[in-house]
Amino acid sequence: MNTSETGVLEAGAVRSQSVPKEKHKVQEDLGSGFETVGDVRVADPAMSTTDVQVFYGDKHAIKNVSLDIAQNQVIAMIGPSGCGKSTYLRCLNRMNDTIDGCRVEGEINLEGQDIYDKKLDVVPLRARVGMVFQKPNPFPKSVYDNIAYGPKIHGLASNRAELDEIVESSLRRAGLWEEVKDRMDAPGTGLSGGQQQRLCIARTIAVEPEVILMDEPCSALDPIATAKVEELIDELRENFTIAIVTHSMQQAARVSQRTAYFHLGYLVEVGSTTDIFTNPTHKLTEDYITGRFG
Amino acid sequence: MSMSKSQSRTAEKVEASLKRRYAKEKRFKMLGLTAIGLGLLFVLVLFVSIISNGYTAFVQTHIRLDVTFDADIIDPDGTRDPAVLRRADYRQIIRAPLRELFPEVSGRREKRELYALVSSGAERQLSAMVLDDPSLIGQTRELWLMADDEVDMVVKGHISRENAIANRGERLVAWLEKLEGEERVGSRFNATFFTAGDSREPEQSGIGGAVAGSFYTLIVTLLLSFPIGVAAAVYLEEFAPRNRLTDLIEVNINNLAAVPSIVFGLLGLAMFINVFGMPRSAPLVGGLVLTLMTLPTIIIAARAALKSVPPSIREAALGVGASKMQTIMHHVLPLAMPGMLTGAIIGMAQALGETAPLLMIGMVAFIVDIPGGPLDPATVLPVQIYLWADSPERAFVERTSAAIMVLLAFLITMNALAVILRRKFERRW
Repeated sequence: MNTSETGVLEAGAVRSQSVPKEKHKVQEDLGSGFETVGDVRVADPAMSTTDVQVFYGDKHAIKNVSLDIAQNQVIAMIGPSGCGKSTYLRCLNRMNDTIDGCRVEGEINLEGQDIYDKKLDVVPLRARVGMVFQKPNPFPKSVYDNIAYGPKIHGLASNRAELDEIVESSLRRAGLWEEVKDRMDAPGTGLSGGQQQRLCIARTIAVEPEVILMDEPCSALDPIATAKVEELIDELRENFTIAIVTHSMQQAARVSQRTAYFHLGYLVEVGSTTDIFTNPTHKLTEDYITGRFG
Repeated sequence: MSMSKSQSRTAEKVEASLKRRYAKEKRFKMLGLTAIGLGLLFVLVLFVSIISNGYTAFVQTHIRLDVTFDADIIDPDGTRDPAVLRRADYRQIIRAPLRELFPEVSGRREKRELYALVSSGAERQLSAMVLDDPSLIGQTRELWLMADDEVDMVVKGHISRENAIANRGERLVAWLEKLEGEERVGSRFNATFFTAGDSREPEQSGIGGAVAGSFYTLIVTLLLSFPIGVAAAVYLEEFAPRNRLTDLIEVNINNLAAVPSIVFGLLGLAMFINVFGMPRSAPLVGGLVLTLMTLPTIIIAARAALKSVPPSIREAALGVGASKMQTIMHHVLPLAMPGMLTGAIIGMAQALGETAPLLMIGMVAFIVDIPGGPLDPATVLPVQIYLWADSPERAFVERTSAAIMVLLAFLITMNALAVILRRKFERRW
């Protein structure tokens, strides 16, 4: 992690001298024949997507994205606003189903099973692919109930003692136990922003998902809370596969092993985080990470 | 830091415009205060006029008489059979002490006027006493008996003594003054007003029947309109696809909220009474009609409450794998409930004050008995007010105002409850 961070800083420092004052005019469309630069496939992926297309009504939001999400790794999705990275992320546990007029095409496999199969039940899918949102959104209930809710509805605990155990271990793994163990009955909404977000992460891991999707989890947090969450993400990688959308390139560089760069609905380039930040192949990727636009 | 020329000009201009801006603010504030002040003034006028007209209805003039429970009149055979005791001629028992007090009164007409000093309700009072305790028979008791409404009005000063003399001759006032001289006239708390049903005699009439009728009507309304309204709102807000049909439904619901209530009464008459053959004047039918009337209010309030639940809560629940139904039942509905309850209470308050549709389904009938259930003929508070307001007796004027006071008390309680509920359960995110 440290190497990639310094790598970015050096690369940025070198390039910033030659950055012209005016920003590049962003290319409108990369063309239908566009192919992603880099290895989209990995060995034994947790999730695998092929030719994913997303439409919001007439708007073509995601165009032919094929990407594997490797197990026990953090993959960061970066790109300018409106590039489709969040939309793509929300396809992975079908959160887009709740949006009117949103249509998803292509194949998204979770362990060889197409999650957009008509026969597939979306409830167990969301238990297997959890999600942490941009704004911390604890339920307006007690800290305990926030964590216990998922295990309760899925029947993961057969009695109160087991539930207590799940709640405690989830909070411990989210690094929140010491801070909240004396206020389990206090409302979750009364915690600080950073604590709330870690509570949401604890709530997600209480269900023991295989994949955790994080949609800009630190954008509403201060730098110290952000550092804590980033540390947590790094620890969670041991047990979970994580896909994170972030606006902050530094964050992507710090927490991820693989990075995917999205641009106007296309997946432009994907590769190891070190490569993307030190030696991007595609011109658009290079322009973005050096700050010519975004 | 020294200012450049253009900067100091800006400062001057801002300074100059400040006064105008503050003056504008002040004017606006004054306008708002005036509006509120006027509103409060009108409410005050309303309250003062109603209370000053009506407060006297809560007491009732009584006349003290030494009543002898004459065994020969009540129970000549000594059977103590309740049927006999109930049928006995208590009028005789009341007339006897009156004759004693005014031995100079003779002639049929004069006597009839004398006997009319005491309300016919007093007979029922005596009958109830004897049935309760038959050992009273044969004894003499000093009792306060309910006075007739005209005596009541003269004593309370609603009818001036000059007017009474002009209308009824000097006798009534002379008798009354004699009774007052002997301290036989007094005011008692008017319990009858709260317990009795309607009556032709003002002093015997009360709002008990109307309150019971309103209660049954509102229970029916609440039991039907709240679940139906919430279910409709949940479906429309959470499940229904957005298409032309749901748009049409939405327009119609909003439209129904503005339909004159008498139209719902006509519908109730045509459907519930004529087609389904439900009983006339029954709180059940009233409740059904008011359900139709309050449904739009409740649906609109419930939808607004559902809309105000932030989508992040829905996403959070869906994100941990709750089904749509679980998301709604566990998270959205509990959060929306205070808003829904507020809407329901306001809807109920509206229903409580509603008169027009109930006229159409026969709840305007003259009903003496207090209804025992939603199928008994009944009337409701606002209709009772309407009926009394229509009656010519002076004593009904104060009773009308008193009934309005009771209705207002109920309405204020309900609306305050809605505010308290909203305050208590209002959540901030």
